[in-house]
Order: sequence, then structure tokens, then C-alpha cells
Amino acid sequence: MDIKEIIKPENLVYSKSKVQIDTITHYCPGCTHGVVHKLISELIDEMGIQEKTVGVAPVGCAVFAYNYIDIDWQEAAHGRAPAVATGIVRLNPDKFVFAYQGDGDLASIGAGEIIHACNRGENILVVFINNGIYGMTGGQMAPTTIENMVTSTTPCGRDHERNGYPLKMTDLVAQLPGTSYVTRQSAQTAASVRKCKRALKKGIQNVLDKKGTSFVEVVSTCNSGWKLTPVQANKWMEENMFPYYPLGDMKDSEKGEPVSNN
Amino acid sequence: MGELRLMKGNEVLAEAAIRCGCDGYFGYPITPQSEVMEMLMERQPWDETGMVVLQAESEVAAINMVYGAAGSGKKVMTSSSSPGVSLMSEGISYIAGAELPCLVVNVQRGGPGLGTIQPSQADYFQAVKGGGHGDYKMIVLAPSSVQEMNDFVDLAFELAFKYRNPAMILTDGAIGQMMEKVELSDYKKRWTEKEVNEKNGSWATFGKPSTRERNVITSLELDSAKMEVNNQRFQEKYRRMEAEEQRYEAIQCDDAEYLFVAFGTAARVCEKAVEIAREKGIKVGLLRPITLFPFPKDVIKELAPKVKGFLSVEMNAGQMVEDVKLAVYDAGCNQHVEFFGRMGGIIPSPGEVVEALEQKLMKEGK
Repeated sequence: MDIKEIIKPENLVYSKSKVQIDTITHYCPGCTHGVVHKLISELIDEMGIQEKTVGVAPVGCAVFAYNYIDIDWQEAAHGRAPAVATGIVRLNPDKFVFAYQGDGDLASIGAGEIIHACNRGENILVVFINNGIYGMTGGQMAPTTIENMVTSTTPCGRDHERNGYPLKMTDLVAQLPGTSYVTRQSAQTAASVRKCKRALKKGIQNVLDKKGTSFVEVVSTCNSGWKLTPVQANKWMEENMFPYYPLGDMKDSEKGEPVSNN
Repeated sequence: MGELRLMKGNEVLAEAAIRCGCDGYFGYPITPQSEVMEMLMERQPWDETGMVVLQAESEVAAINMVYGAAGSGKKVMTSSSSPGVSLMSEGISYIAGAELPCLVVNVQRGGPGLGTIQPSQADYFQAVKGGGHGDYKMIVLAPSSVQEMNDFVDLAFELAFKYRNPAMILTDGAIGQMMEKVELSDYKKRWTEKEVNEKNGSWATFGKPSTRERNVITSLELDSAKMEVNNQRFQEKYRRMEAEEQRYEAIQCDDAEYLFVAFGTAARVCEKAVEIAREKGIKVGLLRPITLFPFPKDVIKELAPKVKGFLSVEMNAGQMVEDVKLAVYDAGCNQHVEFFGRMGGIIPSPGEVVEALEQKLMKEGK
């Protein structure tokens, strides 16, 4: 079979979403951001909402999210994405607004903004990339860094006596009446990527249906920051992050009360 | 003639916002300006004009909500008082860096720190020299009456959109809290979605139609060569403001041998001081800057050769006096520029001001 035969349309099983911009990525090989960007692009495309979507980019590695997804974007100050998204959606209630944030951004400097946006039930989707580390600034401890994990500011490992405990933001926001759908996903295997996409789709649909805040955490890897290969990083995440941050839906307002994972 | 009312300065800010077609207000309570949001909540403009009013969880959140909402090309504002404006300064820097229009009102109180809730003008430097990080300026309007609290809301929005830049109304607790007769503006309709699109569609983020490229609002540019070009564009814009937007009021300046320079509440005190001094035979006038940035230096350049000296009267330790000195220096003049001020929330009396004029400028050898 020659190449012309292979590239026939009927043989096409996968193509890049047209909402995803053709460009060189600044993300490291193995980084979870690229996968989640791809899923968001695909969903905006498949759900036909490009014209009504506004993304809010965070500070951190994903500050450049606006280089990859072909929608209107506004870049927020560190931690303030939920407030920026609030401003946009309050004045434009028929738009689909989402905030894309890392763990330093959302759980540390922006802890106030995320709690209050979720508590008001702002009609937005929050995508929370939790890799337990500050990636862009060079691998410092994040509020979500698990105990004993070595980072550049916890060279002997995170010790709760000095640094406090890893913060479970997703569990926290699930308790708030303003949130409608709260889930924790991952994106390291083909199966988990598919599940993650379903979760993001549900989150987007809930916002389109004006159900309040949807919150999708993606437990992620930062192999550069963790000083591991991509494959080792996935393994390390499964073995060390998942026990503390178990995957699954924590709250689905359609199904009633919050579901506890722990 | 518009509707006449007896109202507090802070309440008028709220009323003027509704009437000029403001789309959104985001704020956080702080004395002495809480009446702005209280009045808005009482008026419920969401039913009347569709204006959104939201009490944020902090000043930091409020200014970032303003940033987001301004990004969608609509008329948005916040108000606060000195400590709150310090918290907002980071956000104001982002708004200036992203070149978005908005209105920030500072009803000043005395500082530093928690300071006092009494009126002050100690945030002059913060307002006109940047306040937040980075090289940026905002247009600063200084009302000296409740009437101007009404008039400057619409003007501030007009200038903010003209330059795509934050504008500030810098007032103080005295003007915010006092009641005066005010002629309210007529209602202007809020922009329709179509009008927002036509006016601001080239930069605003409200969803990318297939007919245009995506809009990205950011103040980030890691390539220094490109960032410098951005900085040059900002500076060029600030120079245009300086060339086109200097505003002031000159009271009895024509025959004046001495000039008070004062804004806001201090200018009202100086108006009385001019009267008292003239009764004593002292030819003094009042130059009242209405825009603090751009500072009305052209008129100072014009007046400087005709007078013997300037007295900058402020409710702070001496801030605007530096700009008066610079303007006199730029005019190639060497007239004395002196300062008189009170701090800590004290409003100077007209008598004190006249005495300061006599002591600092009119003594032998001056």
C-alpha cells in the first residue's frame, strides 16, 4: 500500500482540532498541559462554541495557553483568574468563560479568589492543573506538594511541621453550594485522557446550562521540575500522588450530595 | 436643566455611573466611600439599565473583576479609599499594561497604613506617578465639588476609552461625605452588544467570531525588543494625554502677584483664602488643577513670569509641590515655590493658608 492509499479520507482515524493552533509548543516533552490544551480545543470545536468562548490564562507555565487555543483570551495576574473570569461572565452571561490555572496559582496565591468564585457559584469552568510544584519558576514547593517530596525549596522533602500539609483544593470547593460539578482526573494514559475529556465536557455543558461553577482538577506531571523522565514521572504520579489525590467525581449536582472519596 | 438634588458626593458617584451607561461596578467596602456601593445596591440598576453591581471578596478581587470585565469592551468601574487602592495598584498596573479602559475612584483618607478615616490628599504621588509597578500613567481627575463628582464620571469614561487606559477620580473623604446641590446628568443608554462590538471589537474579548482573528489581552511580552516597543507606545500615549488633556480652573489669576496651587478640598479652602487675602490687599489667585495627570504645566508656564511666587496648598506632606516646581523650572523661571499643608486628616483653614502665604512668600527678601 503506497502513501496515497494510506492518506485517503476514509482511513482517517484522528486529526488535530481546528481550534488548536499549529505552532511550536513551549511545554516540556511529557508535560500534561499539552494534553489538556488538546482536549479543551477538541471540545470547543466539537461543541461548536468557539464564538462564545473566552479563556482566562494564569501565571505559570500555562501563561502562554493563549498561544495554542484559537479563542479570545485574557491573561490574568497570578492567582486572579477566577476574579477575571467573574468580571467577564457577569457582564457577558451568555458566554462560555473558563479559567485555566496551575496549583501555585489556584491553591496558593489565588486561594481567596477561587474559594469565593466557587462560593458565589460563578457560571464558569475552572481547569486546575495540579502537578504539585511550581514549574515555571524552577520547581519550588507548591501548596499541593505531597509530604516528603523534594523540591528546590524543600531540598530535604516537604515536612508538615515546617511547611504545612498538602492542600486538597478540590475537596474544599466540593463543599461549597456554588459548585455544580467537581471532579479529579488525570491524563497519563489513553483511558485516563478519554475520561478526562468526558469530565471536561460535562463541566463545559454545565456552564452552558448555567448550573454554576464546574471544577475539574487534573493530577498532572512536571517531569522537568520533578527531575524524572516522562515515563518515570507518570509512574511516580500514580504511586505517590494518586493515593493522596484519589481520582473520581466528588460532586455532581445532578446526583445530589457531594460524594466523598476518602 | 437636569434634575437638581441635594446629595452626598459618594452617592452622586453611584448615580452618575448609572446615568452615564456604566455596565459594571465591582467594589469592596471601606470608609469613607462605602456609600458608593450601598447606593448602587439600593438603586438596583440591574433592573433599570442592566448595570451589574457586585460586592467582591477583596479589593484585589474587585480590581481583577474590573480587569476581566473591561477586557470585554464595556464600561466598568470600582471605587475604594487609600488602603484599598494600594491593594488595587497591582491590578491597575495590569490594566494599564494591557491597555484597557476603566474608572477607579479613590476617596482618599489619611495614611500611611490604616491611618485615619478623615480626608487627605496623601495619595497624590500614588495616583499621578504610577502607584503600581512599571512605567505607566493614568488620567487623574480631581473634583472639588459634589457637582464635579457627577460630571467627572462620564468624562473619566470618555477619556479612558479615548486612550484605552485606566482613569482615576482622585477625591477625598470630605467631598465624598458632604452634601451639596447637584445637577444630575441625563441618562445615557448603555452600549448595546452591537455597539460594543463596533467600538471595541478590534481588541475586546467576548468570543471570537469567524470574521476576525482571536483577541488576546495580556501585558506579558518576554522578548525585550518587543516589550520596549510596547513601552514606547505607552509613553507616546501618555505624551498625547499631556498635550491634549490638561485641565484646570484659574480663579482671579489675571492680576495676581501670588498664586495658590491646590486641588480638591484644598482648592475650596484656597478659594476662601483668596477672598481673605484680597480683602487685605494681597493680589493672590488660585490655580486649581483639574487633571493631576496630565499636570496643567502649560498654564503654569504661562503664568509663572507674571507672578512673584507660588504656594502649593495640599492635605499631605508636600507632593504636588514637586510638580509645580518642575513646571516653573521647565518654564525657565525661578519664582519661589513654597508649600503649606496639613496631614493626618486635618483640613487647613483659610486663615492658616493666608498666614502661610505671608510667612513663606511675602516676607522681606523673598
